Amino acid sequence: MIEVRHLSKRYGTHLAVDDLSFSIDRGVVYGFLGPNGAGKSTTMNIMTGCLGATEGEVLIDGHNVAEEPLEAKKHIGYLPELPPLYGEMTPEEYLRFVAQAKGLRREESARQIETAMEKTRIADVKKRLIRNLSKGYRQRVGIAQALLGNPEVIILDEPTVGLDPAQIIEIRELIRELGKEHTLVLSSHILSEVQAVCDSILILSKGRLVACDTAENLTKLLKGREDLRLLTRAEEPAARAVLEKVDGMESVAFAKEDGLTAVDVTPAEGQDIREALFNAFAAARLPLLELRTEKTSLEDVFLELTGGEGQPEIASPSPAKENEEPAEAPKQEEKAGEEP
Amino acid sequence: MIAVFRRELNGYFKSMMGYLFSAFVLIFAGIYTMVYNLSGYTAHFEQVLSAISFLYLIAVPILTMRSVAEEKKQKTDQLLYSLPISLSGVVVGKYLAMLAVLLVPTAIMGLYPLILSQFGTVPLQTAYGALTGFFLLGACLLSIGLFVSSVTENQVAAAVITLVVMLVLYFMSGLASYVSTAASASLTALIIVAAVLCLVLYLLTKNAPVSIAVLAVLAGGLYLWYSQDTSAFSGLFSDIMNQLSVFDRFDSFVEGVFDLTAVVYDLSVTGVFLFLSVQALEKRRWSE
Repeated sequence: MIEVRHLSKRYGTHLAVDDLSFSIDRGVVYGFLGPNGAGKSTTMNIMTGCLGATEGEVLIDGHNVAEEPLEAKKHIGYLPELPPLYGEMTPEEYLRFVAQAKGLRREESARQIETAMEKTRIADVKKRLIRNLSKGYRQRVGIAQALLGNPEVIILDEPTVGLDPAQIIEIRELIRELGKEHTLVLSSHILSEVQAVCDSILILSKGRLVACDTAENLTKLLKGREDLRLLTRAEEPAARAVLEKVDGMESVAFAKEDGLTAVDVTPAEGQDIREALFNAFAAARLPLLELRTEKTSLEDVFLELTGGEGQPEIASPSPAKENEEPAEAPKQEEKAGEEP
Repeated sequence: MIAVFRRELNGYFKSMMGYLFSAFVLIFAGIYTMVYNLSGYTAHFEQVLSAISFLYLIAVPILTMRSVAEEKKQKTDQLLYSLPISLSGVVVGKYLAMLAVLLVPTAIMGLYPLILSQFGTVPLQTAYGALTGFFLLGACLLSIGLFVSSVTENQVAAAVITLVVMLVLYFMSGLASYVSTAASASLTALIIVAAVLCLVLYLLTKNAPVSIAVLAVLAGGLYLWYSQDTSAFSGLFSDIMNQLSVFDRFDSFVEGVFDLTAVVYDLSVTGVFLFLSVQALEKRRWSE
């Protein structure tokens, strides 16, 4: 359906997309995953003809986007990161404009606008000005716009960004619904979202495609390596002393977590050292608060593949949460110090 | 193209812009008709048009400032790029909508000579000839405004730059008479213009070697020509300025001549600036 061949995009000296090649098959829901600045939006913009590529080509149903833009663009509906809406129009007028620009005949346009509004559930706001609509509704008007002309491929750039949790769920349901009838490509920096709605995941990092597979297969890639995580009240030197007595460890890493010491242990291949660890800590009279096996998740795959830069967000984005952590940590450390 | 045209036209008449523009032109047309024709007892409506041509200085920026600049600011240009319509269709659609808005006050003004002819003999041919010239002048200036809007990032910048360009064009022939007609002065002025063009080229392409090479070729060529034929340069720069004065083309219409060269001139300028607007939009897609 879509063929992307050796795509590169250079902004001055910065290489935003670096020799990217992949193909999109009919009827599959694809997810572009990558940290911010990985080149997701740039790639999508090039695929939809909004941006010219420095090198390489994009074929949509055999039509080159750069050479036969009109023919190629008929096969795609695109919702950019920022929904391109005219605030002074109502959703109805806006959709009529897009339908006309996509060359739909009068009756056909009326019918498709009706269906698109029904699918995206915006019929009840169709007479209000777009600039007065909430972000969730605007996003849906943007999606409705992409649906007009019944394109085979629908490309959505970060469709859930900036929405509240309830709206995110609604949009995801809508996406799942659309995935049944269209080939869908969506981008996100939220793992759970891609995991939830996509059949196939393309992971981008620094403009390069680092992985392209189903979620299960990607997780399997890193299977067989099960790390252990220990949580103890003991300070790092004490814990280190205990761990030195245990055999069969490949690597050990220490971290402070809420005033406690967290230890990440990677056991040597095929060794189960959980009992040994428990006994060692018990013998030193240092209670273990937690001992758990860390299963490889898609997140680890992501971090491994993207080289750890740009932490993905596991759930909905909440920057406030990140800021709280450093502020709280010292307080709890004080408490921990008082207790003994 | 039709979709863009309809959207734009709707936009002009749903917001205040279309009405503001028409009202602005008509108020002044009314005042000048009263002063010239009614109080001044002249039957020549073209004098009114000549007197109110300065309105374009303000009316054109009002109409053109939003057109492309606002699309870029609101990121709605992404929609236009992703829709299966050509960029020339977008530009022509927008331009035709502006012309349609300009047609409203022009058509209403078309009634004035008829009304005046009820009270005496009005030379209708020259009046309507001048009205056509007035419309063509507006059409030409609107294309320049559209181009400015397509190279600026927001409507305020577009309005200010368009206003400055209009002012320069308006006073161009006046300024031309003050420019020294000495051959060396023309050479210097032309080389400065070449330098400015190359600076613009550099800003657009960020390619220093090419810009400097172009400047060297232009300046060298001018100097060679100057050393071959110095007499050709005397008065050359003021001639060029006169040639570029869009407002001057309107004068022959006012004098009662339906000047076909002026019609061709206006249409050519319009064509050039519409083409440049399409290129500006196209460029944005490539180097953003």
